[in-house]
Formats: sequence, structure tokens, C-alpha cells
Amino acid sequence: MSERAATAKALDVPRVKDPKKAALLRARYRAEARYRSYGVISLAISTAFLIALMSNIMMTAWPAFWSHYLVIDVPLKAESIDPENTRTQDVLRSADYMAVVRTALDEAIPGIEGRVARKQLREVLSSGAADDVRSLVLADPGLIGKTVKLPLLLSDDADLFMKGVGTRVERTATRGIANPSATAGEATILTSGDDFAPLLTEIKKKAAERAAALRQQADRFEVHSGQGAHDSVAQLRAEADELQKRYDSPDFEEVLDSSVPSVLIEINDGLVKAARITGRAVTGDVLIPLKSTDPAQAGAWRIVTYTTPESSRAVGDRKVAFLDRFANAGMIEKTFNWRFFSSGDSREPELAGIRGAIVGSVLTLFVTLGLCLPIGVMAAIYLEEFAPKNRFTDFIEININNLAAVPSIVFGLLGLAVFLNFFGLPRSAPLVGGLVLALLVLPTIIISARAALRAVPPSIREGALGIGASKQQAIFHHVLPLATPGIMTGSIIGMAHALGETAPLLMIGMVAFIVDVPKSLTEAATVLPVQIYLWSDLPEVAFKYKTAAAIVVLLVLLFLMNGAAIWLRRRFERRW
Amino acid sequence: MNKSITRTAVLAVAVSSFAGVAAARDQIRIVGSSTVYTFTTAVAEQFGKANGGKTPIVESTGTGGGMKIFCEGVGENKADATNASRRIKKSEFEMCEKNGVKDIVEIKVGIDGLTIAQSKQGSAIKLTRKQVFQALAEQVPDKDGKLIANPNKTWSDVDPSLPNIKIEILGPPPTSGTRDSFHELFMEKGAEELDSLKALKKDDAKAFEKVWKSIRKDGAYVEAGENDNVIVQKLEANKNALGIFGFSFLEENAAKLKGAPIEGVEPTYDNISSGKYKGARDLYIYIKKAHIGVIPGLDKFVAEYVSDKALGTDGYLADKGLVALPKEALDKVKKTASGMEPLTGDDLH
Repeated sequence: MSERAATAKALDVPRVKDPKKAALLRARYRAEARYRSYGVISLAISTAFLIALMSNIMMTAWPAFWSHYLVIDVPLKAESIDPENTRTQDVLRSADYMAVVRTALDEAIPGIEGRVARKQLREVLSSGAADDVRSLVLADPGLIGKTVKLPLLLSDDADLFMKGVGTRVERTATRGIANPSATAGEATILTSGDDFAPLLTEIKKKAAERAAALRQQADRFEVHSGQGAHDSVAQLRAEADELQKRYDSPDFEEVLDSSVPSVLIEINDGLVKAARITGRAVTGDVLIPLKSTDPAQAGAWRIVTYTTPESSRAVGDRKVAFLDRFANAGMIEKTFNWRFFSSGDSREPELAGIRGAIVGSVLTLFVTLGLCLPIGVMAAIYLEEFAPKNRFTDFIEININNLAAVPSIVFGLLGLAVFLNFFGLPRSAPLVGGLVLALLVLPTIIISARAALRAVPPSIREGALGIGASKQQAIFHHVLPLATPGIMTGSIIGMAHALGETAPLLMIGMVAFIVDVPKSLTEAATVLPVQIYLWSDLPEVAFKYKTAAAIVVLLVLLFLMNGAAIWLRRRFERRW
Repeated sequence: MNKSITRTAVLAVAVSSFAGVAAARDQIRIVGSSTVYTFTTAVAEQFGKANGGKTPIVESTGTGGGMKIFCEGVGENKADATNASRRIKKSEFEMCEKNGVKDIVEIKVGIDGLTIAQSKQGSAIKLTRKQVFQALAEQVPDKDGKLIANPNKTWSDVDPSLPNIKIEILGPPPTSGTRDSFHELFMEKGAEELDSLKALKKDDAKAFEKVWKSIRKDGAYVEAGENDNVIVQKLEANKNALGIFGFSFLEENAAKLKGAPIEGVEPTYDNISSGKYKGARDLYIYIKKAHIGVIPGLDKFVAEYVSDKALGTDGYLADKGLVALPKEALDKVKKTASGMEPLTGDDLH
């Protein structure tokens, strides 16, 4: 078999005797194969991008769907909530539940002294924890006087730490007998073994590495710049020598600062943070008070390392210490974040929810659909079936097609000028948002409805007219029902477009911080895409996850709407 | 099917005609700067929680856009206050007066440090405002003082003591209030330190203004959009790039970013508060005095804003990254707020 025949076979080309025709035929088959492979390649690339994008969003969003609670005994003492035993809603509402929560916290980790330390302990919990206790007491005043085990919401930083954003906590077993010098304040821990030696070596090695880097930088400066940099070169070299000297003397005491992983000693139920370290001793502040200064046997005390340096994470050592203590005691509970779906916006990431935005979107789309569908379909029927074909209707048709391509912000400006300034409708209201979005999607609906009407075969129309129906009867009884699936598809896609719009809403005041969930068409509201936009611009790191979670919710809604469009088309579509 | 559609349409029309006669407003409405938005929203939320009433609505429209809405007039359907990341301009003040917004109360809420930050992985860079100007201006003076197109490609071209890396700064677009502040705090002050430009300022103030208001367009300055988080993400990915944004973003992302010292002063809370850090600007909120007593709760809202609980050094706004005013300045602000002393407009420009 010749080589040519082989290629012909691979492409499944029919055999032709004439070599010229055969070559032509092969070329045509090759062109087709090429075209198909382009299609497959482009599909593969776009699928890969889609998967990358989706998985990225999903992975970022995942933590936001969970939240952590600290479950502790909360004493709901009558003297702090309702000292006069009135039990009226007003008194119960205005009581200081933050103080109640603080008391509970202080009992969970006793002995924390000092303003800074106590503040850090309080910051483990969200300000929403007190609100939760308040609503619980309001719902059941009988709880006052009892001590109840309650889940208290963690703050955003603490919550992120529990989700693994922050640092890893490692524990190392020990060999020597340790002797703590104090239970609070500053303490020195001496060990009979050389438990701290490996740590010390590692720190010294880091110092040597840094010294080398500094020297390199100094060399580079010297080569690249002239006299001007003389001082900074000398400074760098001095710094490098200092570090090197520390490395060279193994017994030299090392100071641990916030740029190296934190080292802590867990002993006698307390925690000491190492500030200075030698082979056999560690000195530093007590973060959690020790029970006693009794010597601890080998294995009964541990070295704890927070692998990420303190300066490179949002939660400080003290907070990590508290959270680690709670987590080890099994006091931290992870639950699905229902609050995300049940509350409105908030400036605290752990409290922020999308209920307000979803309700706003639903109200807005309700207005949009209520206006667009009847007006759009009626306009389409008139233009397609009744209107005479003349210059004027041509002009209208061109305008409708043009409107479909106008940038959406223009509709916002129109809304501002007409609905707010002329008609005096309220700002930020879903009603106005719905009106503006109706203008935006009306052309889409008219165009798709006209196409659907046109797709109904003329025989249907003629048959109806032939048995004596009036034109209106023929259209409303026969043509319109057959065109409905097409009109529905067009409308749903138009609605999905409206659901994703933010630009026109900026002008009419819907890009706003709104906490209360809207209850009517004229109350201030925002919509889902706006909520995403606003959250993405906030400095708190936890909002990054919230943003992704809100995007997931929006995508699911869009997916459902487009899925409904496809289902409707399949279900009611007729083929002729 | 058709009947229900018609019914929906009738309902929608009915509701829209009813809306024109909506009940009296019981909710405070605030517009303005997206920078101050992050702080005002926190106050609004606390205010809403404490009073059990409706939480004020805070729109994020930008400083300029906010002023426009604020100055539309007095009345129930007009905004009560506007956030601003710069002081109100004379022209805006006059526009307000013309539209009947006579008594405007100015409240300085705090200080925002404008920081130039970089990834922690990058080699540390220390800057002066002169160097920033020389790196970013479209035109810089050459040795003879003649203006030429900016020839500096790397930081070491600007100053030999700086590292030999490409100049690449991510910053806000011209529409942003932060960009205005950057021009005034860094570019103008930097330009004044060059002798030939100082002379130009004396001879031709207009031409001088044009020099410090023009940023080079050859790719060394990248407009990264209004969203500061985008800049933060880009800095994490590119360790040689610098980014310009507010101090609150630096504080929240301190795990990954570090601020460049300006004239040897690190952008820290204390340095900004004490005025040592040169790249700091004041943030404001403007309130319509005519709305006090008309819109329920507006006076209480202002009181909440200037309370120690919010604005003090330990207040919740400090947790959100706002740098509190020094004590005397804060006391003055409190006096203005409690007395509702309107702005005279004499020292504006």
C-alpha cells in the first residue's frame, strides 16, 4: 500500500481513480478534519478556563458557608440583666449583654490580667455574640437566673484562624524536667534536658542566612551606585556582621521577635511565650497563667510553635493561644452559616448576610417582569402582526434594535432624570430599580418575542382565518400560544441579564449599605451584584470569602433561571 | 396565562402611582466617598442597633458624585449628609448655596494615611516625596531645569541609593478621590522640592500645576481601578511592584504587605495620628443643618459619630483602620458637632 493510500484511509476518503480528483478530495477532507479539531481545541480551552474560574470561586467561597462558635457556660444573672425584676421587654432589650458575655469569657479562661490581654480575649468573640444572647433572653425571659451553655459567634479573624487561615500550631514532646519561675508576669523556664537546643540552632541558622542576604545586597549597592550609597552599605555590612557573630557563638542568647515563628511553652495548664532563648532556658511573658511553679516531668510539658511569624498573620500570638486552648478543650463548634442567608448587610464580616440583597433582587425583578412581559409582548404582537409596514414602523424597529445595544449606565441616567427628579419616586427603591431594568430588557424581549411570533408557520394563521376567525382571534387563540415557549425563553434570558446588572443602579442610589431587609417596593434595597461589588471593596480579609460566596449564590440563581428557560423550551416547543 | 400577566401589569402600575405619595422619611440618607463609606457604614450599623430603629442608608457614590447629590437642595427626598475624602471645594459650596443648602456643618472624622506599599517578599524600599515625583511625573526637569519627558526606567535611575528594579506603581484612576489626594500629598510636595520647579511655581503657577497633576502614561503607573483589594492582590503576585492605597487596607493586609517609609517615617497608626507621616489626609462628613429635627435621629447619629466610642483612639472606627484625630482636634470637632456650627466658606478654595 502506498503512503498516499494510507492517509486516504486515515481520513476515510472514498477512493477515486483519477489522481487529480483524489488529491482535491483529500484536501477537502483534510480541511474538514482541521476545522473540527479547531472546534474541539477551542472548546477544550474554554472549558479549562471555566473550570479554573469556577473552582477558584468555589474554593474561596467554601469557608464563608461555615462559621465557628465558642460554646461556653453563660451565666444569665438577674442582677446584670434585669436588676429590678421588671421583666419588661424594654429593660431586657437595653441590658448590657456584652458585659454578660465578657463575664462568661473571663470564667472560661480565668486569671487573664491587664487591659491589653483582656481586650484580646474579648476580641475572640464577635459583637454579634451579645446580640444573639439578647434575642435568646427576649424570646425566653425564664432563662434569667440560670447558667446556660450557649454558642457564641467568633469574630472574623478568629473564625478565619479556625478555618486554617493564619498559622499552623505544632507541638513537640520534651525530654527534660522543667522548672517554671513564676505563674504570671514574666517567667523563666529551666529544663534539665537540652530541649531548646534544636530551636536555637534553627534560629541561628536563619540569622546566618539573613546575614548572607544582607551582604549580597550591600555588594550589589556598592557596584551599582557611587558615593551616595556609602552610608547605607556600611549600615548593611554592620547589620550582617552582628547577625554572623550571633551565629558563630552557639551559647549566645537569642531574642525572638515577631519576624520568626513564635515559640511557646505549655506547662502546668499555662502558656509562656518565649522572648529569649538559650539551650536550656526560655524567658518570656505568661500568656495564660500557670497553675503552680511545680516542676513538670518530661512529657508533661510541651513546646508549641506557631509556624507563621506573628508579623505575617492577622491574629496575634495571644489570640492564637486562647483559640488553641478553646479548640483543644473541644469548646469550638463548626456549623453551617445560616446567618449568611438570613440576615442583611453588616460591616462585620461574620455578621454580614445576603438576605437583603436577595429580597431586593426579587422585588426588583418582580417589577421588571411585571412591566416588561406585557408591554414587550403586546408591542411585539402589534409590530409583527398589525402594524403597517412603512417608514415610521421601520424607524421604530431600528430604534428598538439600537436600544438593545445602548450601554446600561445610560438607562441609569434616564432613570435618575425621569423617575427620581421628574416623578419624585424614592431613591434606592426596588420600584425604581425595576423600572430602569425594565427599560433595559424591554428591547431584548420585544426582539425575541417578534422572532418567536415569526417562527409560527403561516399555515396556522391562514387555517384560522380560513375557518372564519378574525385576525385578532387567529393571533390570540392560535399564534400566540404556539409562540409562548420562545417568548418565555427570551424573557427569562432578559431577566437573567437584569439580575446581573449594577451600573444603572448606581445612579438611582441602589449601590448602598442597607442593613434592613426591604419589605415593600418603596423601601430602600440593594441587589445581589451590587452587594458583591460593595463587599469586594472592603478592607477586611474575611469579606473576600463573603464576596466569593455571594458570587456563588448569584451564579446558582442565574443557572436556575437559564435552566428554566431551557426546560420550558424543551417542554413546550413544537416542531413543524 | 394572559389574564395573570395583565393583572401583574395593572398591579405594578398601581403601585408605581401610589409611590409618589410615600410616607414621611424616617431613615437617614448619606451619600459620598467610597473611602469614608467603610467608616460611616460602621457608625450607621451601631446607630441602628443601639436605637432599634431603621439603620441609615449609606451610598457609595464617590466624593464628587456625593457633593452633587448633597447640593441638590433641601427637602425630604434629598440626602442628609455626604462623605468626603477631601474638603468641600469653594465651587461646590457655592453650588450648595445656590440650591438653597445654606447651613452645612463640616465634621472632620479622622485621618487616612495614603500609603505606598509593597509585598513583604520584595526588597525593602524607602522613598521621599521628591523621588515619588521623579518616578511618576510625566515631565521632569533635566540637569538644566528644562522639562523633558520622564526618562527614569528603574528606581536606581531616580536615585542611586534605590534598588535597581523597574518602576511599577499600581494606583487609583483619575476619577477617585484617593488619586486627587495622592497628587496633592505626594506629587505637588515632591515637585516643590526641585529647585527649577519651585522657580516655575513662582513664575507660572498654572504651568506648575500642570506638571504635578500629570502622571506618566508609559506603563510605569498602572491604573488598577477603584477597588483597592485588586491592588492588594496584584502586589501579592508581583513582588517588585508598589501600590498606592489607604492605610486601612495596609493594616488589614499587614500579613502580606509592608508600607514604604516616606522621608524615613513608616506609615504606622501613631505616625499618621501625630502628623509625622507626610502622606496623610483628613476625612470629612458634611451635614445639612436644615435637616436636623426634620429627619428623625439625624442629631443622634451625628452624636454617635463623634462619640469616643466611635472616634476615640480605642473606638470601633480605629478597629476599622481610621486613624483618630489628636485630642485637641477631636475636642474641636465635638464642639462643632454639638453646637451644629455651620461652615462659613471663607477659607475654602
